Amino acid sequence: MDFFLSRYRHLTVLLIVITAQLVLIAYQVKTNNDIPLIRVWAVTAVTPAEQGLELVRRYTWGFVEDYFVLLGVRSENEKLQHENGQLKIENNYLRSELSTADRARALSLFQTHSPSKTVAARVIGNGTGADSKVVFVDRGSTSGVESGMAVVTPDGIVGKVVDAYPTASLVMLITDPTFAAGVVSQKNHVRGTLKGQGHAECLVDYVQNEEHVDIGEWFYTSGDDRIFPKGFPVGQVTAAPNGKTFKQIYVSPSGMQGGVEEVLIVLQGVHQEIPDAQAVSPGYAILPPPPQTGAPAPEGSADPGVLSTDADRLRTIYKNVGIEEKHTYGEGPPGSKPPDFTKIPSLNGVVPQNGVRPQPATQSPGRQPSAAVPRPVPANTVAPTAPAAATTPKSKTPPPVQADDDADDDPPSVIDTATQPSAPPLHKTSTPAVARPKPPAPAPTSNQ
Amino acid sequence: MTEYTERLLTEAPRKETASRFRFVWLLLIPMVAVLSQVYVPRFVPFLSYLELPLLITVHFALSSGGPIPALFYGMFIGLVQDSLSHQPIGMYGIVKTLVGYFAASVSMRFDVQNPVVTFILAFFFYFFHQFFYWVLSRALLGEILTFDVQQTVIFGLLNAAVALPLFRVLDKLKVTS
Repeated sequence: MDFFLSRYRHLTVLLIVITAQLVLIAYQVKTNNDIPLIRVWAVTAVTPAEQGLELVRRYTWGFVEDYFVLLGVRSENEKLQHENGQLKIENNYLRSELSTADRARALSLFQTHSPSKTVAARVIGNGTGADSKVVFVDRGSTSGVESGMAVVTPDGIVGKVVDAYPTASLVMLITDPTFAAGVVSQKNHVRGTLKGQGHAECLVDYVQNEEHVDIGEWFYTSGDDRIFPKGFPVGQVTAAPNGKTFKQIYVSPSGMQGGVEEVLIVLQGVHQEIPDAQAVSPGYAILPPPPQTGAPAPEGSADPGVLSTDADRLRTIYKNVGIEEKHTYGEGPPGSKPPDFTKIPSLNGVVPQNGVRPQPATQSPGRQPSAAVPRPVPANTVAPTAPAAATTPKSKTPPPVQADDDADDDPPSVIDTATQPSAPPLHKTSTPAVARPKPPAPAPTSNQ
Repeated sequence: MTEYTERLLTEAPRKETASRFRFVWLLLIPMVAVLSQVYVPRFVPFLSYLELPLLITVHFALSSGGPIPALFYGMFIGLVQDSLSHQPIGMYGIVKTLVGYFAASVSMRFDVQNPVVTFILAFFFYFFHQFFYWVLSRALLGEILTFDVQQTVIFGLLNAAVALPLFRVLDKLKVTS
């Protein structure tokens, strides 16, 4: 044994060491356990040196690396600044192009939907003169432009053509001190005259102090000036203090917000309805109109539906009576025989006997209230106009020119609307209902 | 057999003069080698082929007095390498134990100061190290590793090329008694 150990001493040690390590591996593999002691010692011995190396590297090679990196920073910074400037210029150019495209699309859309015949024009220059607010547009008489035509944008009126040349026209802006146009307020229907002031805001003149105009209320063209068709937006009221005689109503023109570049010249204007105040800026959610109750009215029926008022029904009744008795209201010499109003039925279909008005039915909970019988009135009495939102049934038909002026031709009536709740229609005739249709009015867009 | 080859096989010049490392270097050199293996490839990835702990083991074995210190030294370096790996402790230990033993045994028969012999021995032990580790991984751990002979040969040549200057530098650290 001693001979073996002395002769094969190296080999024996090798085998012992190898066997020991094999046992170590076998233990780890079989028990799936680690030998934490050896690992902890090794890691504890190595990692501080590794951290030291990292520290040295950071403060030596990292410093050198940063130095070489910083060498190129100045030139790179200049290059980036140059690129940044070019990108800014390009960005501004693209923004301008996009804005132009948006305006052109808005103009095209407005042209398509507006009943007025218009031609698009671009502002190509300003007029001379210290206080004059005039611009040149690139459309002239060869495009059908004439002096006195209105110039608008989808946002509102801009001015009017004062001179038309073959290839260009001179447009007086509404801010010009000599400009004037008839306007009407949207909510309270206050009429006045829009005047330019030479600066950004316009004045609505000739409005009595007693009239009520709200701040923020919209003004629309009234059509009285025979230049601007009725119903084009003008602007919002910014201030409305009382003056000596008239209110000092200042309006911010909506058509000139953000400058004037593309405009529409109204070649052939069509009057439109002034949109409802709620439709323009409701400020709160509103429900859609209620559906028609019962069966739909037949073609040509006089039944105006639930959206018509008693005034509309009475007007229909009176018109029918006039037709039956072959009487034309507003004609005939004084003292001629009027229609027999005693045969006119009431709204609930009761014909008064011997001119005695039937008493209204007693109200009871859950019962439909009956309507009072209207009193006959003289023919020249003007009927009160009901609010537009309540009297105008929704219609998709194009608006008639001066659609609301026909109310003056109808037989007048005075109705106590407080005691006339919605009652069923009396009868149906072939006469079409005289109800003002609501046209699709151009609502002011972004400046509201 | 030529005179040169006979001298390579028979003479043992290393044994004429005893030159040994100081104890500090014996601890510090393997530490640096292991550190360089775990730290340098972070920044210079292509240096991951460099097996400095193996070269240190071979150099110590070639310059040591006998196989027993060499195998223990190889075991020590191998276990440190195992500790920093995710493998069971002992894989590198066994391989480097064998490398130390055989390198020390070979040094008795060859003139290890000769660069050619050094180059060949470094290449051979690198190949042996990689091959034996692959065998142990398959046999003991059941791992299916691929042994790329071509890549191993190339890396062996590179390690052998590094071994020549490295051994010169390490020889300078030794003290002659």
